[in-house]
Amino acid sequence: MLSFRRLTAFVLMALLWLGGCRLDMQVQPRLNPLAKSDFYPDQRSARSPVEGTVARGDLREDTYFYSGKIGNNPGDYMPFPVNQDVMLRGRERFNIYCAPCHSRLGDGNGTIAQRGFRRPPSFHIERLRKAPLGYFFDVMTNGFGAMPDYASQISARDRWSIVAYIRALQLSQNASSAEIPAGQKMPSAMPEQRSGLDSGATPPARAPSSKDKNTEQRK
Amino acid sequence: MQIFHRSTNTISRATIFGAVFVIAALFWAMAEIQRSPYVTYEGVVKPQPVAFSHQHHVTGLGIDCRYCHTSVEDSNFAGIPPTKTCMNCHAQIWTNAALLEPVRESYRTDKSLQWTRVNQLPDYVYFDHSIHINKGVGCNTCHGQVDRMPLMYQYASLQMEWCLNCHRAPEKHLRPRDQVFNMEYQQPVAGNPALVDGQSFTDQDSLGLFLVKKYKLRTERDITSCSTCHR
Repeated sequence: MLSFRRLTAFVLMALLWLGGCRLDMQVQPRLNPLAKSDFYPDQRSARSPVEGTVARGDLREDTYFYSGKIGNNPGDYMPFPVNQDVMLRGRERFNIYCAPCHSRLGDGNGTIAQRGFRRPPSFHIERLRKAPLGYFFDVMTNGFGAMPDYASQISARDRWSIVAYIRALQLSQNASSAEIPAGQKMPSAMPEQRSGLDSGATPPARAPSSKDKNTEQRK
Repeated sequence: MQIFHRSTNTISRATIFGAVFVIAALFWAMAEIQRSPYVTYEGVVKPQPVAFSHQHHVTGLGIDCRYCHTSVEDSNFAGIPPTKTCMNCHAQIWTNAALLEPVRESYRTDKSLQWTRVNQLPDYVYFDHSIHINKGVGCNTCHGQVDRMPLMYQYASLQMEWCLNCHRAPEKHLRPRDQVFNMEYQQPVAGNPALVDGQSFTDQDSLGLFLVKKYKLRTERDITSCSTCHR
């Protein structure tokens, strides 16, 4: 009965092979970001560093860079030179994090303010146009009034880039015709097509075109 | 002695012939089950502690993906926002909504909201969000029209064949970096060209090949190599 023995051997091998069906590779004994941990009482695998810990490269020796203040007063200079890249980055970050309330124009009429959040002041009022640069950085870092702090969502360098962009917004909204370079039309022409979406964010909902409506009716 | 009638010969032949189809059908069924949402969770809405609507926050309010998923551009993990990010707005908006009570409770008690993970890869897959974002893969290329999802679900199968579909021909999906977070992005056509570096592209083929060079994508051989994703 050679064939029977062969068959038995085959079945045994197949059973052994099935024994390999475990999820050890799929679910490895490590913690994925923000995964639940049964070890700690608060069930967080992501731990906060012990208070007073200084991460490598995070000593924050440059207090002005991280606080926007000289002593107790906000300073009025940028801690690094501003170039086109800084301005573009500032615009992008402004449109992501600030525009929901402050609006892309900085007039304080963003969608969240329209939905009932306390309306922020326009950046174009006298007080804020005269405010030193460090003031804006400090508000972003520590919050002000109803505005929460954004220190955990925006890096310090990006916060400074936003400061530069806010100043540019203020200048743009209060520019006189004499300041416009010769030969440039005001208001400047709309960008030809979608490359004008600064942050690349989804534009607000559009009314469906008549074509879409027709297809919907057919359904 | 003849036990079976002659006609049974035909039946036995048909049975042997039919077995081929039966086995083939079994294989087909197994392959279908393996690819079905039952196994992959594709398109399946999972229960969450709060019925968070991406549609409302993205399309309705125009909030950028990165407002909450802050680390998506420079980390492998896109980041699930802490409760504080919710409270940035909900400290003043919908403060009495019963729907948001778990959020407020989490903020009061400092206990984490325990969201159910929607897009989950096996641990033997090395995946990094930042490289995809920075090489011009749009959010909705993999996550679908999240801006039209009242409840979040997994858009793609996340199976290896799905990954490889793109890794074998990334030029079919790439878009300019400044359009990565645009959920309304459409691939360029003659009536709607894409502008990159002052050049106008009217079809995905030419744009894709241009972006592969511009963003210095690794060769197909490199990005389809086993150890790229299984390290």
